[in-house]
Parts: sequence; C-alpha cells; structure tokens
Amino acid sequence: MENTIVALKDIVVDFDGEAVLTGLSLDIHDKEFVTLLGPSGCGKTTTLRVIGGFLEPKSGNVFFGGKDITHLPPYKRQVNTVFQKYALFPHLNVYENVAFGLRLRKVDEKELKTRVLEMLEMVGLHGFERRDPTTLSGGQQQRVAIARALVNHPKVLLLDEPLGALDLKLRKEMQTELKRIQQSLDITFIYVTHDQEEALTMSDTVVVMRGGQIQQIGTPVDIYNEPKNAYVADFIGESNILSGVMQRDFSVEFAGQEFTCVDKGFPKRALVDVVVRPEDIQVVPAIQGKLSGVVKNVIFKGVHYEIIVEQAGTLWKIHSTQSQRPGEIIGMNIGPDDIHIMNKMEG
Amino acid sequence: MKLKSRICAAPYLVWMVAFIVAPLLMVVYFAFTDGSGHFTWTNLSGLSQYAPVFVRSILLAAIATVICLVLAYPLSFMLSRLRASKQRIMLMLVMLPMWMNFLLRTYAWMTMLEKNGLINRFFGLFGIGPFNMINTQGAVVLGMVYNYLPYMILPLYTIMVKIDDSLIEAAEDLGAGMFYKVTKVLLPLSLPGITTGITMVFVPSISTFIISRMLGGGGNLLIGDLIELQFLGNSYNYNLGSAMSLVLMVVVLLCMSLTNQLDSETKEGGVF
Repeated sequence: MENTIVALKDIVVDFDGEAVLTGLSLDIHDKEFVTLLGPSGCGKTTTLRVIGGFLEPKSGNVFFGGKDITHLPPYKRQVNTVFQKYALFPHLNVYENVAFGLRLRKVDEKELKTRVLEMLEMVGLHGFERRDPTTLSGGQQQRVAIARALVNHPKVLLLDEPLGALDLKLRKEMQTELKRIQQSLDITFIYVTHDQEEALTMSDTVVVMRGGQIQQIGTPVDIYNEPKNAYVADFIGESNILSGVMQRDFSVEFAGQEFTCVDKGFPKRALVDVVVRPEDIQVVPAIQGKLSGVVKNVIFKGVHYEIIVEQAGTLWKIHSTQSQRPGEIIGMNIGPDDIHIMNKMEG
Repeated sequence: MKLKSRICAAPYLVWMVAFIVAPLLMVVYFAFTDGSGHFTWTNLSGLSQYAPVFVRSILLAAIATVICLVLAYPLSFMLSRLRASKQRIMLMLVMLPMWMNFLLRTYAWMTMLEKNGLINRFFGLFGIGPFNMINTQGAVVLGMVYNYLPYMILPLYTIMVKIDDSLIEAAEDLGAGMFYKVTKVLLPLSLPGITTGITMVFVPSISTFIISRMLGGGGNLLIGDLIELQFLGNSYNYNLGSAMSLVLMVVVLLCMSLTNQLDSETKEGGVF
C-alpha cells in the first residue's frame, strides 16, 4: 500500500525463550484508527512496544514511513505513547507534564505555552494547569496523558489500553472523545484493547490477534459479519459455534438439519465451523421452526433478553426483545445470510 | 479520642524526656559551665583552636558522602530493576558486611592498608610500591565509605523500586535520551531517598572516631576523636567535650536543613 506509515515485517519476540510474537507482519495505513484486539497474552501490547521502540525484536524489521527504524531508540521516533497506567510525572504539575516533550525539544516559551494550553483545551482540562496530577481523577489523568502525547504532534499515537481503568460510563465518553480527537487531528492511532466493543466502536481497522499471530484484519463491519474463523467469531461479539458438514455449494448441514447458506467453494463434505450470532436467530412457534428446543433460561439484559435453548443436546444462545417462559418449546429459524461458514480451526 | 492517643503516647514521651531531652539539656549545661559549675563562655570560645579539626571532619565526611552517593546511585537503580528473586540476593550481599562487627571490619582494612599489608604485598609481586596508604585522609574516607555505603544504598533502593518503569519509558517516549531521563525524571523522583541517604552517611561519618583512629593514625584526628578524648581520654574535660558536641550538632543540623531545602525546592519549581 502506498499510504502505509508503519510496517512490521516478520517480527519475532520472545521473553526468556517463550515466544510472544512469532513472525508478525502488519501494515498500518496513515491517518487510520487501528485497533489491536485480543485476549491478554496474545502479544498486542508487545506489538505496540515494538512500534514504540521500547522492545527490540529478536528478528524482523520495523518501518516508519518507509524507513527502517528497528534499532532506533524511542526518543528518536516520531511516535508518542499513552501508557496503560497513565505514567504522569508525579513531580510535575499538569502544565509541566504536558510541556515535557516540548521543553526537551527546546520549543520557545511562547509557542510552548500556546501549544500546551491549546492541547489542554482540546482534552477539556482548561484551568487545570497548576494541578498536581496525583489529585486528579482517573479520567482526568487519562486526558492529561493524551494531551502530553499529542502536544508533540506525533505522526502516530500509540495507546495501550488507555481506558482500562475507567468505569463504564466514562469509558464510553472517552471512546467518543478519542475518535473525535483522532479525526480532528487527522493522525494515525494504534490502539490496544481486549474489549471488542471498544474496538468495534472506534476503529477504522481492527486487527484480531491470538497467540502472537494475526487472525484477521478488517473493518469492524467485516470482522463482525465475516469472521474468518470460529475464534474471531467467538471473540467479536457472542456466537453460537457448531460443527457442520458442507453438503455442496450453498448448502450446509448442522444441528441435524440442512440449511441453505451463501458460502461456496468448500470441498465436498468438508467439516466446517458454523457460526450463528444470537441476534440472528428468529424465534417462532415450535411448529414453524426448522429447529425446535426447550427454553432453559431467560436473562434480562436491558435492551434484549438472552434466551438459552436446548436443542438435541446443544445449547443455543438467542438474543430477542421478546421474552419466553422457561420450559416452553419454541422453534428457531436461521436465514441463509446469517449462517457463517468457516474452515475448522485446528487445535 | 484525643485523650486516648495522649495516654498511648505517654510512655514514648517519658522515654524521650529521659533519654533524649534530658541528656541534651545536660550537654548544653556542661557546655556553658566550668568545672565548678559557674557560667562561662570559655569552652565555646576556646573551640576556635580546633577549627582545623572541624573543617577536616566536615570535609572528609562530605567527600565520603559524595563518593557513597556516586557509587550507590547507579547500583541502587540496577538493583531495583532486577527480578524480585535476584533483588533479594543482591540486597543480602549489600547487607552482609553489616552483620560483621564494625571494629572487626575496620581492623581488617588496617591490615590490608598497612605498609606490609595485603595490598602492598600484592603490588610488591609486580615490583610496584610500597604505597603509603594507612594513616592518610584517603584511608579515613575509604573506611567511611566502606562502612556507611549500605546506609546510602538502602534508602535509595527503597525509593527506586517505587519508581514505575513506565515513567522512565514515558520520558523516553517524549524525547528524553539517557541524560534527560536521569536528570528530569529519575533524580527528582528519587530525591527523598537521596536526602535520607546523605543524612544517614554524613551524620555518622562526621562524628566517627573509630575509623579515623584506626585508619587515620594520630595525624588525622576528627571531631569525634576530640570529643572522645574529653570524656574518656587523657584531657578529661567534659565541659569542653560538651561544647564540642553542641557545635557538632549545630553543624549537622545546618547541613541537614541545607539538604532538606534542596528537597522542597524542586517540588515547587519544576525540573526545567
């Protein structure tokens, strides 16, 4: 790609012989909001640290705007980081924290002041200049950390689970805020999180990782609707994952029935994983359903009810705005578009 | 509540009065009286002839403190970044000499530094020397550094383990190379440890008499030796001894307030 700003090529990292990244390659496009998503231990933070320069890979190369920066120390890179635990300097006030990077670059006092105040204004901390960062709330500290990084006009901002320590409401607020900042500054954000909802909300591109390798790269919509394998499907949103057999093109058998689907090109009688999202299952009277089962449990989730149905020994998860009575027998239908077929995962 | 806490504090108060305040008052009393109990300035005014000893004491203690700080600072930092299990072993090694008797340790240095001591004999193998090492000011400083180094390392280490790696990484991320990482982040954050360490090395160094006697010979008397002579030695003049102690105390207090000043100043003004 032409507008690639950061490129990782065959990055290998291991800690004391334990492989963390096993030959990871990734192109990140300029001015995109990219999220590295995965469970803890999948190597997403390690990837970020390699880009930031805090970790030198055992082998492989890091390119920035086409130049090899693999061995460049962090202070010479045009990236800035928002750290997980904020990492604000406790011996400096808010103003000096934000000014730190500019002072090191000997920016003159007048320009420095303008830029610092402007940045504090942008993150909504006008009037907090003289405050001691240790007296601020988590959300405010987070904003200072973001301002401290962005004031240096980095080409790429790295964010390492920056919202992990905030409560739900604040987190939602900050998500919108971060997206707004990214769009108004028009720079690249590389964001690390284990929260799939966060990833879907903010990103232009989501990179799903597992065990030091990339599982899938795509837009949030693609990742959600067209997960490449059962792992991605399971990690992004909730899913029913069943084993099935591809009968022929556009026809798959699972749960004892044959269903029409939109997938083709699998070998005949191939074993596949079938993924069905809980909200894609239509609940109908038992007699009209292709599948039928007994309602085991109903949980109220606010917007919808989560209904657990047992059908021939399989537990199905259904999201529906209509509640059902436990013990009742209901029917379930699944449209062809809602059946996602993927190659069976090894392991 | 208030009454209760006061009652709880009572034993400590009694202790303080009996063993700290009362002796202090006695020192002051003796410093301003002569042998028959009359008020006099002569003890204090006569101290001017010992000025060189005071100066030497302050100087040697200051040099020892600086050397301790320079040695201990990087060591403590490295210690604090080791893995927890290694940290314990290394700390143990730092403390190990302290388990041995102070006198014994200093005697050991005597035999090593002597004209026919271990070090000179070693150099002798190569036909170098012998060096005159014992009974010099250098030997005294060496003794101070050797004996008090752990007291510098421990407070520094204690504060440095609390400095999160991410703070140093943040500085690096914002453009700080090695020099600025140390001066703008590490030093200001470890300042409380530095002042504690300085106090814990400087105060015993300035008042020591064993080290200077054993390693410094007769020519390098320190203020501690002088005081000891007034109470236990031939001169036996505890009025004069008290006056010396009093002045030493004032000197120490002055030095300490100076270092504390440093501590509070950086808090206010930022690091640039």
